[in-house]
Amino acid sequence: MHEMSITQSVVDAIVTRLGDATVKSVRLEIGRLSGVVPDSLRFCFDVLCTGTSLEGARLDIDEPPGRARCRDCGAEFGIDDFILLCPCSSANVEVLAGKQLRIHSVEVA
Amino acid sequence: MCDTCGCSDGGVRITAATHTVEFEQDVLAKNDELASHVRAHLRALDVFAVNLMSSPGSGKTTLVERTIRALDLPFAVVEGDQETLLDAERIKATGAPVVQINTGAGCHLDASMLHRALHSLSPARGSVLFVENVGNLVCPALFDLGEAARVVILSVTEGPGKPLKYPHMFSSTDLVLLNKVDLLPYLDFDLDAFRRNLTAVNPAAATIDVSARTGAGVAEWCEWVETTARRTLPV
Repeated sequence: MHEMSITQSVVDAIVTRLGDATVKSVRLEIGRLSGVVPDSLRFCFDVLCTGTSLEGARLDIDEPPGRARCRDCGAEFGIDDFILLCPCSSANVEVLAGKQLRIHSVEVA
Repeated sequence: MCDTCGCSDGGVRITAATHTVEFEQDVLAKNDELASHVRAHLRALDVFAVNLMSSPGSGKTTLVERTIRALDLPFAVVEGDQETLLDAERIKATGAPVVQINTGAGCHLDASMLHRALHSLSPARGSVLFVENVGNLVCPALFDLGEAARVVILSVTEGPGKPLKYPHMFSSTDLVLLNKVDLLPYLDFDLDAFRRNLTAVNPAAATIDVSARTGAGVAEWCEWVETTARRTLPV
């Protein structure tokens, strides 16, 4: 389960930047095409925060949808999986959004 | 009741002031930084690194053994498995330098593991570095190791639906090696369906049919390695 090491990266990045400041909440952006399951990440978050300055922190997850652009006809459209097909039936498609895996902000006491 | 002077608190709520720190940081930033460092280091050494990913049992190690014996190039190999030195011992028998990474409970390699492995492996200038990832079609897809190319090996016994079932893995690869094609006469594997499924998630991916056991298609795969290495590395 890669969510465990992804979550560890989140905790490490926050502790590195904020030291032992008490963290009240964390807001993450997990794109629908990122390959990370928010529920698994929540489970890992509770486990990995124990004993750190993030213990008890609330986890907010935004899940931005996928967007893509067709390189042939130029149309932009929403996608929710990796079957990248433009309505014009071209598969020559570029993913514009939805793969992001970001720490948006952290609320500190 | 107040402990200090005994007054009533009157229902007053006091909330500690908080402030928000904007991060706007990629979760995998640390891994990606290290991957860039590994990539720059390998380029400076003219080492062509290939991240080999697949399910367990797809034939990665057999293919690596055969490729090392088929090509007159210096090779170095990093083996990733949860446990045992079994694969490293097989590679050692080919004469190529090899390092085994045991991830324990871990399901994938990351850039820091490869970085540490390279410090003990020290691949020769101009060599081909095969990194055999942990057998898993899910987790390795997310972690950049600093490789120059990604190759997914799919064996025909796994069925043609895998590109649709594991789109992250198949959409991030440069090449898919369809292995164990010597078994096709005994299976109902639909080659056209496989190619359609792969194109649906990754129209740019090349495919080569191989049998690491019989050697069929291995010459074409070796040519891909040589051509891609030349194209990737500075002249």
